[in-house]
Amino acid sequence: MRLDADVLVLGGGPAGAWAALGAAEAGASVVLADKGYLGTSGAAAGGGNNLWYLPPDPGLRAAAIAGRQRLGGLLTDVDWMARVQEETFRQVNRLASWGYPFPRDASGQERRSSLQGPEYMRRMRRRVHRGGVRILDHHPALELLADEAGVVTGAAGLRRQEGFARWEVRAGAVVLATGGCAFLSRAFGLNVDTGDGHLMAAELGAELSGMEFSAVYGASPEFGNHTKGLMMQYATYYDERGRPLGTAGPAGRDLLARRLAAGERVFARLDRAPAALREAMRRSQPNYFLPMEKAGIDVFTQPYPLRLVLEGTVRGTGGLRLSGEDCATTVPGLYAAGDVATRELVTGAASGGGSLNGAWAISSGTWAGAGAARFAGTRGPLPPPGALRPAGRAGMRPGGPGVGRAEVDAFVAAVQERVLPLRHNYFRTAEGLTESLRLLDPLWEQARDRLGAAPGDGRTALRAREAAALAAHARWMYRSALARAESRGVHRREDRPAAGPGLAHRLLVSGLDRVAVRRDPVAPRLLTGAGVP
Amino acid sequence: MIEIVSAERCVACDKCVLACPTNVFDRGPGGVPVVARQEDCQTCYMCEAYCPVDALFVAPHTHPLPAGSPLREEPEVAGAGLLGSYRERIGWGRGRVPGARLAVGPDLDRAGPAPAAGRAPAGPARGARD
Repeated sequence: MRLDADVLVLGGGPAGAWAALGAAEAGASVVLADKGYLGTSGAAAGGGNNLWYLPPDPGLRAAAIAGRQRLGGLLTDVDWMARVQEETFRQVNRLASWGYPFPRDASGQERRSSLQGPEYMRRMRRRVHRGGVRILDHHPALELLADEAGVVTGAAGLRRQEGFARWEVRAGAVVLATGGCAFLSRAFGLNVDTGDGHLMAAELGAELSGMEFSAVYGASPEFGNHTKGLMMQYATYYDERGRPLGTAGPAGRDLLARRLAAGERVFARLDRAPAALREAMRRSQPNYFLPMEKAGIDVFTQPYPLRLVLEGTVRGTGGLRLSGEDCATTVPGLYAAGDVATRELVTGAASGGGSLNGAWAISSGTWAGAGAARFAGTRGPLPPPGALRPAGRAGMRPGGPGVGRAEVDAFVAAVQERVLPLRHNYFRTAEGLTESLRLLDPLWEQARDRLGAAPGDGRTALRAREAAALAAHARWMYRSALARAESRGVHRREDRPAAGPGLAHRLLVSGLDRVAVRRDPVAPRLLTGAGVP
Repeated sequence: MIEIVSAERCVACDKCVLACPTNVFDRGPGGVPVVARQEDCQTCYMCEAYCPVDALFVAPHTHPLPAGSPLREEPEVAGAGLLGSYRERIGWGRGRVPGARLAVGPDLDRAGPAPAAGRAPAGPARGARD
């Protein structure tokens, strides 16, 4: 299947949806291709988002920026933060004008600072469809297409519900909105987030930033995967014999991680929730409560066992470096929105959680869509499809005959063995990171030289390419983590427990066969002045 | 993971085949979906949300349940009122109040207990997603 468009958007989470809208509203013809289904794909759909939604009150907005730049380890950019506040406010108000059913407070006023995932994304799909965007569900992208000068001119992938036939879209610009990478950890809704976009971009020379801020785990029940943070504020932790260990919050998280890493079980019970609030809690957060009810657990009275599930660069910070306010990457014709882009500019070294990441998806999506449309408008006639260079290598064009599913699964497990365990990723040391890289480097070579499916095995072809992306991601993470010889935000170095003086700058990482880290020549720009802590 | 497709309730609309973000279902004989790739299920409940006749059940476990588990048996799950429970809770379906109207996360936050000593209002390591 071959299509042409001005702008091709890869990814159908919120960032992709807003990017498609932004491009279409700028007058571009748009195709959006998602690995799954626009409406259910990605981190937001299955859960919900609090939003960094602040009314245009300069004092309030400045205070929010000051608070976040401190939390973010002083790596943020005040201009980007202010732009995100402005754009999020504008777009969320549009969402309200389209009829999104926001909750109302006692006075009947809408509260526009949280979104329920399924409702949000169902409505975004409708809006994107009405905007004239051609939506391709179950069309995972495998690789970018470039012209002779290396300008991104489309992408190609497989139609996984039509016999894995190849699709190609030729476009004047491409927006990557493929999400972060959670390493197939089965975290809630995150198995579609395998870092595919990062790999595609890196194959054309893109730089990344903040990849050391990737050691983010969410607490879920031991048997399951729903990592709903909000309710844990009411939890008390217990050991196996029912002795209280502490409460949630940063100190509690540390305790949880240390105990679980040591192989000791930890239980939670929401006994600190005020009785009067419990019914409202149940109603407002089905994603937390319903799985527990299905499992027959009353969370207010029964302690249940916890585990920590890796959420990687979905809830972490790192991603493709942006080179302009229109969310251009360092590759011409390629734009990035949402979790595939670095969020350091607005969250620094701290997790953006739902609130900032949700606002970032809306804002960066809007800018990337408009930017891509503008770029496409500057190009002359595109080269004929046959003249475009498919840029995909590792995991899809092996030197040999390709491998079977079992070998690909074993490869994924080998990468996971170095990134999922708390002892390797949450509690980082120079020694541990070096050892991980010693094991991951040959895995990358294997992905480059051997990994790929035999002809006709489409399902393995998709997983093999994802597997290569996981290996690339792990190496960028750990090279950056080794270079940042300090602890800052979600990056924790057990051998360097304090923030280093003079290290409040961002780190860029690039390369596939040879991974290189350098200091970002652009310094963080902070809010300064009276009252800023 | 997805454990139950009720052939009795299913109307063969195949919405789940389309909506599942990890492509777990195939269209089976007569249009009734079959769970072709259970191991790809990411336990996100989206298929339950999109099923118009409450024919699907996703257990909250991230591994397949052993034979004999009550959460694999349609009569037990239906009897416990759990078939269609996700759709009901998010307020989808005729005559229901959209759950989005009740999703007052930040309000709960403010109404919550006073932070314990030493606990920052929002953790530096992460914020709540919802």
